[in-house]
Amino acid sequence: MTAYLIRDARVLGGEPTGILVRDGVIAAVGANLDGGDAEVVDATGLIALPGLVDLHTHLREPGREDAETVESGTKAAAMGGFTAVHAMANTDPVADTAGVVEQVWRLGREAGYCDVHPVGAVTNGIRGETLAELGAMADSAARVRVFSDDGHCVSDAVIMRRALEYVKAFDGVVAQHAQEPRLTEGAQMNEGEMSAALGMTGWPAVAEEAIIARDVLLTEHVGSRLHVCHVSTAGSVEIIRWAKSKGIQVTAEVTPHHLLLNDTRAGSYDPIFKVNPPLRTPDDVTALRHALADGTIDCVATDHAPHPVEAKETEWAVAAMGMIGLETALHVVQEAMIETDLLDWAGVADRMAYAPARIGRLSGQGRPIEAGAPANITLYDPSPRRAVDPAAMTSKSRNTPFAGLSLPGRVVATFLRGRPTVLEGKLQ
Amino acid sequence: MNRHLISAADLSRDDALLILDTAEELSRVADQSVKKLPTLRGRTVVNLFFEDSTRTRISFEAAAKRLSADVINFSAKGSSVSKGESLKDTALTLEAMGADGVVIRHGASGAPHRLAQWVRGSVVNAGDGTHEHPTQALLDAFTMRRRLGNLEGRRVTIVGDVLHSRVARSNVLLLATLGAQVTLVAPPTLFPVAIGTWPCEISYDLDAVLPKSDVVMMLRVQQERMNAAYFPTVREYSRRYGLDAERMARLPDDAIVMHPGPMNRGVEIAAEVADSVRSTIVEQVANGVSARMAVLYLLLGGSEPAIGKEVSA
Ligand SMILES: [Zn+2]
Repeated sequence: MTAYLIRDARVLGGEPTGILVRDGVIAAVGANLDGGDAEVVDATGLIALPGLVDLHTHLREPGREDAETVESGTKAAAMGGFTAVHAMANTDPVADTAGVVEQVWRLGREAGYCDVHPVGAVTNGIRGETLAELGAMADSAARVRVFSDDGHCVSDAVIMRRALEYVKAFDGVVAQHAQEPRLTEGAQMNEGEMSAALGMTGWPAVAEEAIIARDVLLTEHVGSRLHVCHVSTAGSVEIIRWAKSKGIQVTAEVTPHHLLLNDTRAGSYDPIFKVNPPLRTPDDVTALRHALADGTIDCVATDHAPHPVEAKETEWAVAAMGMIGLETALHVVQEAMIETDLLDWAGVADRMAYAPARIGRLSGQGRPIEAGAPANITLYDPSPRRAVDPAAMTSKSRNTPFAGLSLPGRVVATFLRGRPTVLEGKLQ
Repeated sequence: MNRHLISAADLSRDDALLILDTAEELSRVADQSVKKLPTLRGRTVVNLFFEDSTRTRISFEAAAKRLSADVINFSAKGSSVSKGESLKDTALTLEAMGADGVVIRHGASGAPHRLAQWVRGSVVNAGDGTHEHPTQALLDAFTMRRRLGNLEGRRVTIVGDVLHSRVARSNVLLLATLGAQVTLVAPPTLFPVAIGTWPCEISYDLDAVLPKSDVVMMLRVQQERMNAAYFPTVREYSRRYGLDAERMARLPDDAIVMHPGPMNRGVEIAAEVADSVRSTIVEQVANGVSARMAVLYLLLGGSEPAIGKEVSA
C-alpha cells in the first residue's frame, strides 16, 4: 500500500506539521518526518481534520436509485470530506431486516469511497407499530447500533419505550425523528409569521419539542440512550439542555441547513427550501448555533436527502421534502460556526467526527490525528470562497438550498484508512 | 406596477387607486348597449383553473372578452393535468401558445409564484390555496368605495375562517394599503398563530365590534373545518359568529354587509341579512367583472386607451 507524507498541515488549525500515513494508519505526526519512499502531499495552508462522520445520510438505495445510490452518495460524501456515513433506513424495501442492512453495508464496502454504516429501522416498514428485528440487525455483518424510523416519528409511547429498553442489550441508540404526527398533518413549513402570511399549513415547534420532552423522560425512566435527529428549534435546545443537566443519556444533532437558513426562504415558494423539520426562525438559528458551540447539541449531521429534479420543480405543496448536504456541510459549518467565532477547528473536529462516531459506536472512525490511529484524514483549505454550483455536485441529485450562495472553503483531500478518496479536490 | 398580480401586497397605494379608478371607468361599459372595448384585441388570456370555481372563471372570462382579448379556458379537470402533467409542463405549453396573460386558480398556496417563474406573460392570481385572492380584494374595495366613498379611516370587520381564507389575507393587505382600519373576528382556533404581526386588530367578540363597523364581511365556513375541531358544532359557530338580523341591527345606519360567496345561508349569514338592503352581495358579482377588467387592462398594457372607442363590428 502506498504511503503518504502530508507536509505542513495545520492539524485542527494548529501549527504546521507533518503526518506520515502508512499501511492505513497514521505512522507518525511531527515536524521533519522521514517519509522514505512515501508520496508527498503538500498541505501548506491546509487544515487537517479527522475524516468526517455523518450520522444521518439518505443514500436512497435500495429503491430510489434515480435520486442516489450507495456509490454516488459515498462519492459525494468523500468529496465533502467524510470517511463514514450512516445510511438511513427509509429505503424501499425499508432497512428493517438483517438482509437489507447487510446489502447496504456490502454496497458501501464494494464502492469503497466511505464507510457505510446502515441505520436499522425501529419498527417494521417504519410504520411505528411493531418492533423490527433490532437484535438481528445488531448481530449482522453490518453491526447496526443506530436505529431510526427517520422520516417518521416513533410516536407511540409504548413502542418508543420498548425500543429504548431493547437496544440496551447491544449498546444501541434510538435516533428519533421528533414530530408529533397529529400536530403536523399536512404541515408545509414552520408555523409562525411566515406561514401565516404565505397561507401554508404550519409545522409548529411544539410538535418537535413535545416528542423530545416525552422521549428524554422515557430515556431516563428506562436508563437507555436517545439520540435526537435534526434538532430545529430553540425550545428543543432548552429541553435537551435540561435533560443533560439531569444526567439523562441524550445526544442531539443539527443539520447544516438549520444552522444557516431560516423560514423567510419559503417566501419564494421555491420548494428547494422545503424540508422536514422545516427551516425555522432566525432566533432558532441563533439558538442552534449556540447550542452546538456549548455542546448541548453534540454534532452536525447532514440529513442529506437527494431528490430528482421533477420532485422539486413543482408547486410547494406537492414537492418532496429534503435537501442534499454532504458536499456543502463543512463549508456551511465554517460559515456558521468558524467565521462567527463560535467554534474553532478542534470544535469542528469534535462536532463533525469525534462526537458522531462516539454516538454511532464506531471504533475505527472519529479518532484524533495521532500515531496509531486509522488514517482517516480530511485536508481542507478554509480560504477560498465560491458560489455553490448545483451542477458541480458529485451527488446524483441537485437539490441544494445553497445554490448561488457564496460559502468558504474547499476539501482538498480525503483519506480513508490511508487511501485517498479525494486528492487535489478530485475524486480518486 | 408589477408585471404580475400575485399578492395584494404587490400593489402600492397608487397602484391600487389606479386599478380602482380604472375599474370605475370601465364599469360604464357595462351600462352601454355594446359591452365591448377594443383595448386588448389580439391578446390572449388563458384561464388556467386547477380548482372548480365557475363564478370566478366566468368573471375573468367576461372581463377579458369585454376588452376584446382572445380567451382560452384551460380546466384541469379531464385534461392532461389530471393525468399527472406537472405545473411546469403546463406552463411550457402556455408559453408555446403565446399567452399574454395567465389567470390561475390553484389549490396550492404559491402556485402562481411558481408559474410566474416559468412563463413570460403576466400572471394573475385568481385564488391560490389558503394564500391570496387579490382580485377579490380589489372588487371588495371597489364595492366599498361605491357605497361609502374614500376608504381612509373606514372600519372594516372581517368575520370567519381567517386561518384558511385567501380572501381575508388579500383584503387585510389591500385595505391596510388603502388606509382602512381592519378588525378580524373569529374563534381563536381560526386565526393563524402569528396574527399579531398583521396590520389589523383582532377580536373574538363579534357583538363588541359590530357597532364600530362601517363594513362587515362574512367569510364562508368550509365544510372540511366543521369536522376538525376548529369549533364544537356548526350551531355554536353560527350563534357566536354568524350574522343574523338581530346582530345586523347593532350596525351603524349606513354600514354594509359583504360576502365573497358562495354563502352558507343560515351558517355564517342569515337569509334575511343576505337579502337585505345593506347587503352588497349581488353588486360584488357585477363589480368583479369591472375590477378584473381593470387588472387585465393595466397588466397587459393595452395600447389603446381604456375608454373612448367602441368596437364597431
Ligand atoms: Zn428526519
